[in-house]
Amino acid sequence: MSAVEETYGPYGGRYVPETLIPALDELTAAWEAAKADPAFAAELDDLGRTYVGRPSPITLAARFAPGKRLYLKREDLNHTGAHKINNALGQVVLARRLGKRRIIAETGAGQHGVATATACARFGLECVVYMGSVDMRRQAPNVERMRLLGATVEPVEFGTQTLKEATSAAIRDWITNVETTHYVIGSCVGPAPYPELVRELQAVIGREAREQLLAAEGRLPEAVVACVGGGSNAIGMFAGFLDDEVVRLVGVEAAGAASLGTGRAGVLHGSRSSILADEDGQIADAHSISAGLDYPGVGPEHAWLRDTGRATYLPCTDQEALDAFARLTRTEGIIPALESSHALAVVDRLDAQYVAVCLSGRGDKDLSEALAALPGEQP
Amino acid sequence: MSRKTLVIYLVCEPETPKLARAAVESGADAIELGFPFSDPLADGPVIQRASERALARGMRTAQCLACLAETRGLVGDAPILPMTYAALLEAYGWERFASDADEAGATSMIVSDVPAGQRPELRRVHLVAPTSTDERIRLAAASTDGWLYLVTLTGTTGARAELSSALDGLVARTRPLADGVPLYAGFGISTPEHAAAAGSLADGIVVGSRAVQVAEDGPAALGAYVSSLRDALDAAA
Repeated sequence: MSAVEETYGPYGGRYVPETLIPALDELTAAWEAAKADPAFAAELDDLGRTYVGRPSPITLAARFAPGKRLYLKREDLNHTGAHKINNALGQVVLARRLGKRRIIAETGAGQHGVATATACARFGLECVVYMGSVDMRRQAPNVERMRLLGATVEPVEFGTQTLKEATSAAIRDWITNVETTHYVIGSCVGPAPYPELVRELQAVIGREAREQLLAAEGRLPEAVVACVGGGSNAIGMFAGFLDDEVVRLVGVEAAGAASLGTGRAGVLHGSRSSILADEDGQIADAHSISAGLDYPGVGPEHAWLRDTGRATYLPCTDQEALDAFARLTRTEGIIPALESSHALAVVDRLDAQYVAVCLSGRGDKDLSEALAALPGEQP
Repeated sequence: MSRKTLVIYLVCEPETPKLARAAVESGADAIELGFPFSDPLADGPVIQRASERALARGMRTAQCLACLAETRGLVGDAPILPMTYAALLEAYGWERFASDADEAGATSMIVSDVPAGQRPELRRVHLVAPTSTDERIRLAAASTDGWLYLVTLTGTTGARAELSSALDGLVARTRPLADGVPLYAGFGISTPEHAAAAGSLADGIVVGSRAVQVAEDGPAALGAYVSSLRDALDAAA
């Protein structure tokens, strides 16, 4: 079926050139077949346990949030250091079912690029990662990692030279090489079926967290919090609690990239969602210290969760994120990714005692950025 | 043999109406007017850069519609088609855009990232690609507005050294499915040789990136370039 209507209320759809429609149909069919195939679930489960290190634990952060019951869902402990590996492995397994031997990806902070390069190394597939040249500078260790893993990192020099342009460049590569190539999109954005595919591959976060939190406290948390750039760790975390109406779902956006907080309905990178754009639909620049949140769009399901009121989305400034970064490091001995630090930063603001935050990644990649920005921390 | 149709693509800028007139006077049958978008996924570097420049010069949707109306006044009854992206229509309002473009003198339109089947109420020329299935070609042909745009290659817009070898097969596959709808080939057609070769297969051709480049040297240069394409098409017909 090609005429996919908007999937999430008025959001979603397939706003891409005709050249890609047959590949999206093929991907949809392969995804439906994989979902119905117990062998696919078993393969992902086995990779999760024996390769990624799943289930990731939850950690009570008593010194970070005295007087609260704050649990961190430790996606930072996954192989490659972030939740991105859940999606990358799943899509690479799917690409093998499609018979595609060449993999492309976009990356902002580099975590998705590293995860995809890792999955490709594991399965012996060619890997090309598009990355804005500004991001290549601020996330240099991840560029080195991708290259070590055998991936080609293609610098993108257009426009703001960040995640938006990297995504456009990856889509242009896909249009050109669609017959041999699978595009492993890194977040719950893009044309259908990607938002659903990525959500389902990340839903393991919320499934595990719900079970672990129930085991730890005997009840569900009052609020579940996650950072939102494109929104994949958030949608995966939220997925476990969507039906639990007592659980508040809180997404946290970078204040300078608040597609949900300050955006408008528009079309970017293949779907209709809430985006940062001017009144003519031209895409606006996003600004965030965190390369992973520095994106003017967001997954269409988040726009729908916002409109329906099921989830709320809060802004967080660069400085608030940096403060949370430093504070978690000193109070818990955990160096969080700058992205995840945005989610940590709003915990104090929430009128809730028992909270779970998705710690989506670790902060090793952010040391130079954070040390330069934190007063008194210069090396 | 009937005359092959020559379509020239230009990005809307203040100089564009006069460029379009030069193109039509030199043998272009129709004009596509690119309404620039900040993130044009289907376009290669030449049109990306031209779009960036046009936006920097303030060519937003309202200015592009004015450019369209001015062009209409200079090219007689030659068909003019705005070519743009969903983001602009989404912001402007889909129906309002269609009606204002019509009012400004548009013949139809092309929206690069709204494939056949989506937004069926929007009257426009559909594209088919070498990857399109027969089912999708039938759908596109049945709902297209006047002609069918054959994308000669899997890729973005931009000049190529050789005409895509996929065009032959795409025409052969599309012709019996298209029920007499004219087929115009575009993407990667830039030289008179390409024009002649593509014109011998399809009912017309679309030339974009190279025309945009040549247009930077003014109406006379564009006119000479369009004449060379016209002559090659006529000689091959």
